[in-house]
Formats: sequence, structure tokens, C-alpha cells
Amino acid sequence: MKFSEQWLRDWVSPQLGAQALADQITMAGLEVDAVEPVAAAFQGVVVAEVLEKCQHPDADKLSVCRVEDGSGEPVQVVCGAPNVAAGQKVAFARVGAVLPGDFKIKKAKLRGQESRGMICSASELGLEEETSHGILELPAAAPVGEDFRAWMGLDDHTIEVDLTPNRGDCLSLKGLAREVGVLNRLGVEGPEIAPVAATHEEAFPVRVEAPAQCPRYIGRLIKDVDVTAATPLWMVERLRRSGVRAIDPVVDVTNYVMLELGQPLHAFDRANLHEAVVVRLARDGERLVLLDGQEIALRGDTLVIADERGPLAIAGVMGGEHSGVSPQTRDIFLESAFFTQLAVAGQARTYGLHTDASHRFERGVDPQLTREAVERATALLLSITGGEPGPLVEAASEAHLPEPRRVTLRAARLEQALSKALPAEEVTDILQRLGMRVSAEAEAWQAQVPSWRFDIAIEEDLIEEVARIHGYNRLPVRRPAARLALRPDHEARTPLSRLRRQLVARGYQEAVTYSFVAPELQQALLPDAVSPRLANPISSDLSVMRASLFPGLVRALEHNLNRQQNRVRLFETGLIFRGDLDDLQQIPMLGGLVCGSREPEGWSGDKRPVDFFDLKGDLESLIAMGGEPEAWRFEPGEHPALHPGQSARVLYRSEQVGWIGALHPGVRASLGLKAEALLFEVRQDALLRGRLPAFTPLSRYPEVRRDLAFLVDEQQPVQALLDCVHAQAGQWLEALRLFDVYQGKGVPEGHKSVALGLTWQHPSRTLNDEEINQLVDAIVAESRQHLGAELRG
Amino acid sequence: MDHLPTLVAEARQAIQAADSMPALDELRVRYLGKKGEITALLKGLGKLPAKERPAAGERINQAKQALAEELEARRQSLSRAALEARLAAERIDVTLPGRGQPSGGLHPVTLTLERIEGLFTRIGYDVAVGPEIEDDYHNFEALNIPAHHPARGMADTFYFDATRLLRTHTSPVQVRTMKEQAPPIRIVCPGRVYRSDSDLTHTPMFHQVEGLLVDEDVSFADLKGTIEDFLHAFFERADLSVRFRPSYFPFTEPSAEVDIQCVMCSGEGCRVCSHSGWLEVMGCGMVHPEVFRHSGIDAERYTGFAFGMGAERLAMLRYGVNDLRLFFDNDLRFLRQFA
Repeated sequence: MKFSEQWLRDWVSPQLGAQALADQITMAGLEVDAVEPVAAAFQGVVVAEVLEKCQHPDADKLSVCRVEDGSGEPVQVVCGAPNVAAGQKVAFARVGAVLPGDFKIKKAKLRGQESRGMICSASELGLEEETSHGILELPAAAPVGEDFRAWMGLDDHTIEVDLTPNRGDCLSLKGLAREVGVLNRLGVEGPEIAPVAATHEEAFPVRVEAPAQCPRYIGRLIKDVDVTAATPLWMVERLRRSGVRAIDPVVDVTNYVMLELGQPLHAFDRANLHEAVVVRLARDGERLVLLDGQEIALRGDTLVIADERGPLAIAGVMGGEHSGVSPQTRDIFLESAFFTQLAVAGQARTYGLHTDASHRFERGVDPQLTREAVERATALLLSITGGEPGPLVEAASEAHLPEPRRVTLRAARLEQALSKALPAEEVTDILQRLGMRVSAEAEAWQAQVPSWRFDIAIEEDLIEEVARIHGYNRLPVRRPAARLALRPDHEARTPLSRLRRQLVARGYQEAVTYSFVAPELQQALLPDAVSPRLANPISSDLSVMRASLFPGLVRALEHNLNRQQNRVRLFETGLIFRGDLDDLQQIPMLGGLVCGSREPEGWSGDKRPVDFFDLKGDLESLIAMGGEPEAWRFEPGEHPALHPGQSARVLYRSEQVGWIGALHPGVRASLGLKAEALLFEVRQDALLRGRLPAFTPLSRYPEVRRDLAFLVDEQQPVQALLDCVHAQAGQWLEALRLFDVYQGKGVPEGHKSVALGLTWQHPSRTLNDEEINQLVDAIVAESRQHLGAELRG
Repeated sequence: MDHLPTLVAEARQAIQAADSMPALDELRVRYLGKKGEITALLKGLGKLPAKERPAAGERINQAKQALAEELEARRQSLSRAALEARLAAERIDVTLPGRGQPSGGLHPVTLTLERIEGLFTRIGYDVAVGPEIEDDYHNFEALNIPAHHPARGMADTFYFDATRLLRTHTSPVQVRTMKEQAPPIRIVCPGRVYRSDSDLTHTPMFHQVEGLLVDEDVSFADLKGTIEDFLHAFFERADLSVRFRPSYFPFTEPSAEVDIQCVMCSGEGCRVCSHSGWLEVMGCGMVHPEVFRHSGIDAERYTGFAFGMGAERLAMLRYGVNDLRLFFDNDLRFLRQFA
């Protein structure tokens, strides 16, 4: 909400500058976003009167005016504005004046005619953003010779305060003044508001059919208004300084009273009301054309103002086009109502609307304000448009009006909450100044909450009010005390932070990509994946939840390749989303992507591109941290995003927990990626699990080593051979090393040679050749039988 | 015998001239070997009259020893020269860069989250996490934000359907933890959060750390102390001014926004702090009794505080990053700056 500092000072005026006042309000919880001067700097401008206007002899569009500026001697001024006229009061920049933008007014000759000064437009004075079409006309009563700036009160500021949703009571000058009064211990005085006497007896009937939603509705018929009358400059200015454009006197007055008191008002054209005003819930599907021209279909939970023919307005949100006030309007029906928060809450948003009225009603409008506001608006309106006010018509349901709330604040609770015993008098004073009726009891206060504070209902609310007014920064500071109790720590688990650091040590940069991805990208990489889709994505590129870390990593690769970063090593940790909403898994994953050369370009570096085994080695280094590498398996597998001959399922304790492989060349081409890349992703829970180290005594007896080279079919996975060898090698096998895989000269076509080094060691004796030979025989026999493997000579 | 001096002189000359170990060895054999010339002289002593033998023997032995020393000296000299030659040949340019995989780096958001977690876990907080696809109940209802509450307009929520959404804050983890665990509770909850907002200063996803402490007799003073200590520790500035501004969050009461003296200009006023000298860095407050009620905790017996902060914002201030969107571009030229 924006407001004028000077307007506020009409209610309450603490001895503080604008910025100090803004800081004070901010520190009370009403955050000031901006303090801006209401007009740009200028000087030397006075109120003047145009005595005479003559056509410039040598220029069609210029006129030569004689202007009385209070200095005693009328001056001649050449003016180009079409609307300048004799008898007008104007803002006049004398010779020597400085206008915004450091524009100095000098004596001049325009087409041969002397001009000593300038008659100003609103935009030339910085009072209006856009270029005005003519000079600013001042009211006839403006005093000639007065300094224009002082007369307009332009040494004022617009203060913009960003109110939290609980403080609807501050969405008015009245509410802000109340708060400033509390903070400065000053009295607050608003304009005098007296009932307006009716000059006719016609009362337009009002019927409230939904008293729970609208406990009070007041209307008044005002006849014979002149909607074409001009809104006075002072009101236009106050509206402008509050960020509201003047439109016509009726709209301006309702806006003015809303800003001043906080009560949204609405005016209907009497000519378009039929029989009675009815406050009721809409009937499903009823249609209404709103003031902004859009036609909507109403829902049954929407409160409307209707007449006997149909809906006229959404209560507390927006009026209808048809029943609105126009320049032709003669008689108006002015509405001031109390709609409950629940009646309005959420309504505007469901129709895609947000109005000053709905903003206030959703946050709560003081139910005691209804009558005051309509009287204030009537008086202001009559002073501008003239007219004949009728009597007030009020429909109120006492049973549905909010009961005054009583809240107890216990002294002990207050002291506990703040770690400080505030003097009882201070607490009483704070509560009273906030408008509460307070009765002090033994060790407690009973507070009756004022009708405008919808946010106070429980003891904590009062604690907050006391703390806030006393000042948060004057409250004590201490540190929480806690028992030094040790908590369990699972040593076998590898913290994620260690896995991350392991990858960092192996040259990876950590990426953080969005959890929502482009459906096309996900489709290209994981055509079968099912994951939730956002109902209201920010763009279609970020509309489906990632079912894998691959899309984000690939997108990050693309970003870097497009920026000449050709060697990419990235990893990411985070949730992936699998399944539809009712059968959803949110799985923490760790994934990585590599692309480019094995090592960075350098004088000695390995210039070969990364391959599957580089990436697998990185993943195995993570696996090794868990201490149970034998629980992990890589099995050939096919994944739509991966090269079918260079991809593997990753298994942990026989359960599939991830994938690793080269990006499928076809997928790569379809994504337009220029470089080859390899990817992996594995469930974090598998990588985080591990085994505690378990010591085995060191044998003092010699190792026995045998090297065996097998010829196997080239399609035969080495893992099968290793498994077979392992199974036959007996319990004293210490290590099984794969030290060579060879194809070529000496090895038959379609075969490969696999060389294994086996080491045995017995904990308590020397192994003899015979038993080793037996084991080797068993290994050879079993490998031949199950895998067709032949020992090479 | 008479030619001994000549022999010695010849031998000396030869030893000095020897330029390799094999050549030197050859000389040793030639003069001092079993069949060497000096050895032969010793063997010939028997042919001399007995009374001449001792004197002749001594002269020969002296010559033998002298040559042996000569040989050893030459051997050492050659060996030294050989070592020096080898060292000279093996000289490398030590200014060439080292070989192997240079290390990468963690994302600045991770650095920040880990730093925050570390500060709190070291004084007894646990780390808690929760799902990112949340339900209306945990993200709003249980945090005292009923349907149509104006506070729902404070965060633009990504929805999947009427009740399921992407969490807009890490606060649902509070609720989940309090339902599972009895006080005392001390947790920090780092994680991704989502809001439907995208411009220069907003990304639709960002990271928060939520903190919660619930125990008997926890007061606003404890909250103030914790937040002040944290900010001093995080920015490593014990003199950093911190102020608490009343604010509103439906799930805390009293609620506060926390401002620190601008770390860019030390409070002088700059573009980063909009010339106010202050930077808003986090929100906090005492846990609202309604939240305790939803979590089944007795609000009369227990009190607590909660706080929440944006990791990107803190990372930007700490590392001087001036564009939020860089955090999610994953540009290596950006990421490498945090290694």
C-alpha cells in the first residue's frame, strides 16, 4: 500500500523525518519498501492568473498571455498550450525558476515576442508520468503569488509499505495512523465524520439472503448527482500520491474513502437496478460481465450483489459493467458492506482477479466501519457532484457479526516466551494503545480485541504484539541449553558428502539441475518413464518431473558444449520421481556424465577420449568406499538412452540400483549433441550402505601364485569366468587378478585370451603344490565344462 | 728390480689416463692382479739373496700400496664423474605442470548447505530431509495455512492436482519430524524448494535450510541468540550487526525477518542492499501452537523456534555472485570458481 506522508500527518504527526518514520514503521513489522518524493525538485513556481490571452502574430499555435504572478507587475508570456485561457489560475515558472531536470527558465523571445516565464503542465512539474496535453489548471480559489510547491504541499513523500497478510487493519490511513500513534504514544485524530441528513425519503430496498457471508449491508440512494463534475485537485493529488489514478468523482470518492478508512465501497447506477438489491450466493452458471469487460460464469459458492433480474457484482471483488456508474448517471446507489473474510477469501483468485476491495476483504475489514464510511463518502461526494442524499438502508444480522474476542495473556507465559519480565504497566499500556480493552487480573491480562484486528485470537498473538511494540531488538539474547547426549552414528554408512568429495577428487564438477525437465528431452532419453507432470508449469521446458538424472546432465552438457567447454565431467545428487502421483517414488540418486578427453589438454596428458571403463572406474571408486565391492555387479543390459553394446545394469546385492553406459549414438544424434558422452546413475541408498571393516590376521606363511590364461568365446562376459574360477578356487584364495585380455595373433578368430593371476595363502601353514594343483585342475575342468574355456598352452 | 720405479711411473700414468671403470679394472689386473706385474715382482723375491729380500719386499709392497691407493682414488673420481653426468642427463623442467586428473569442485549451493549443516550439527542438531512432492496438508494445512488463507498467495505454488504440489518451503519437514519424534528436537532441513516465479531475482527452484528446536522453556531470546551466532559464524564476522524485524509467517508467532548489516558495503549503502545498509537474510519465529497441535506436541509444555533461509541468497552474499540464474546453468566456467 502506498500513502502520502502528509496525509498521514493529518491524522498523527510524530517529530520524525520521512525516512525515520519509515524506519520506525518497518521495525514495527510494516515493511517500508520505498520512500519517494511526490514531486521532482523544482523552485520558483508560483500560482498565477492569466489576465489576457492573444494570438501570437507570427505563430498559429502560440498565444501571448499577460500573467499576474503576484509580483505586482503583470508579465508577458508566450504559451503553446491549447487550453490556456484568460481567467485561469495556473502554475507559473518565473524567470529564474528551475524545473525538474535542471531546466532553468530565462527571458526569451519566441518568434519575436518577449516571454518572461513559463506556464507549466503537470508533466513539466514532474507531477505526471506521461506528457500532458496542456497546462495544469488550478482551482479558481488558488491564491495568486503563493509558492506553488508550498501551496500544493509537494514537499511530501509517497511511502510504500509491504504489508503482511495478517495486517489488513493497516490498509488505510486510519489504520496506519493508529499504528504510528501506538509507536509514538501520540493521539490520533481523523477527519470529522457526521451523519448526512437525508433530503428525500426514497430508500431503495435491500435484502440480504446470505447473512453469514454478509452480516451488514448499508445502502443509500443519492439523486441528481453530476458525475461530470471535476474531482478537486487536493483529492486527485492524494489519490495520485497513493498510486491511484483519478477517474470520475464517484470512483475517486469511493477510492479515497477506501484509502482513508479502509472500507471498500461500490456505487451502482440506480437506473439499472431493478426492484431491490439482493445479497445472495450465485446460482451455478449465472453470467456476469465485469467492469473490466470480461464475462464470467459464476459458481455457487460466490457471493454476489444482485437485483431481481440477476447478478450485478461479485461481492467485495468487482462490480459489473452493466450496473456501473457512467457520465450519464443521475442517481446512484452507494454500497458499504461488511463481507466476511471467508465469503471473499479465494474468490477473486479463482476468477483470475485481484482488486483493492478483494485484497482488503480477504484480510478483514472492520465491521464497525460500514456506516462511518458511507457517511464520509456521501459528504465528500455531495461536495463535488451535488445531489440529494436519501436515508441509509441497513440490513444487519447481529447474530452473524463477529463477537468481540477476549484473550488472556498470562504474565508467566509472557516472561517465559521473552525471557524478560516486562513491567506490568508497560504491558497494559501497549495493549491499551493497540485499542484493546484491558482488565488486569492477578498474574494475567484480559484483553478485548478491537474489531479491526482479525489477527489476534490467542495468547501468542498478544505476546507478539507486546514484543513488537516493546521492540524485538530490546529483548534479551541467550543461547539454548541442551543435554550433551551422544547420538547414534552409523560408521558403516558412507555419508553422501564423502561420495561427493570422491567424485570431486576424480575431476568432477558438481551440477545442480532443475527437478523438472522438458518432456521431449525426457521422452528422448526415457521413452517409457512415467513421472508426474505439473498442472501449472512455468514453461513447457520445465513441466515434467525428472524420472532420471540423465535429462538434466545431458542438458548441462549441451550448455557447456555450446560454450566451447568440450571436456565435461559432471555429477549431480538429488531426487528422481517415478510413477504416477498415487504410486509415486521419490528416489535419491547420484549420477554422473563424462565427455571429452580422459585428461585435460596438456603437455603429457592422455589424449584418448574417455570410455566406458574410465567411467566404470569412477563408479567403482564410489562402490569401494562402502567396503563391500563383491556385493556389486555390472550386467550387460539395454537402456533406451544408452549404447546397447556399452551399457550395464548396476546391481547391489542382486537388486538393480542403477545404470551405466555410453549415450546411444541415435539418441545423441536426435538431440543434436556433437560429442560422445557416458553416463551413470545409481541409487544413493545403495552407495551409502556399507560394511564395517573386519580384521583378518596376517598370515606368516608364503603366498602361492599361479597364472592361468584361458581362451574363451569373445562374447563370453569375463565376469562369468571370474565367478567360475572363484567358485572352484577354494577358501584360501587370497586374490584373483585379471591381468590381461587379448585378441589377435595367436588367438583363434572369435575368441579372446583372458589371463588371470591367482594367489593363495593359508593362515597357519604353507600350502603345498599338490593341493594347489588340485584346485587348478578343478578350475580348468569347471571352466571348460560351463564356459567352454580352454587353458592356453 | 731396477725397473720398479719406471714400472710405478708407467702405472701411475696409465691410471690417470684411464677414463672408464673397465679400463681402470684392466690396469688393476695388469699391475696388481694375480698375474700382474707388481705381483710378479713379489713372486720373484725368492730369487734374491736372503739379505736383500726384506728391503726389496718392502719397496715392492710400498709400490703396490701406492698403486692401490692411486687406483681407488681414480675409481672414486670416475664414479663421481659418472654420477654427475647421469644427474646432468636426468635433469627435467620442474616447472612443467603435474600429471593426472585435476580435481573438480562442489557446487556453491552444496558448499553453502554443508557449511550451514556443519555449524548446526556441531552443536547438536540433526539433519532431516523430506519429500519434494508434498501434499497440501504438510505444506500448508499443518503449518496453519488453511485453504484460501491470504498467505497462500505469498508463495506461488506448483501443483500436480488439487492436493499434491511441489513443496514451497522446507517447513513440511518440521511437521514430519515433530510427528515422528518427541521433544527435545533439534534439526536442520536442507533441500530443494519450488515456487512458480522466474525473473532476474527468482528461479522456479532454489534451496532452503529450515531449522527447528523444540524443548521445554525455549524462548524468543534463544532464537535471537541462535540466529545471531549463526550469522556471525557463517559470515565469519563477529561484529556483524543483526536486527530482528517483526513479520508474519502463519506457522510462527512471534515471527521475525532477520536483517544483517550489508556485507558488501558494511552498512554504508550500496546497490546490493538498495542503499539501506541492511540485507534481509532469513525468516524465523516461535513455533505457532497450531503447528504443535497438528504435530501432536503439547504446546503448554513445549515451546520452540524455527528459522528458514535461502541457500542461494547466502551463497551470493558470501561468494559475491551477482546473478542467481548462474547457479542452475551449470556452466563449467562458473562451477570451477568454487573448487
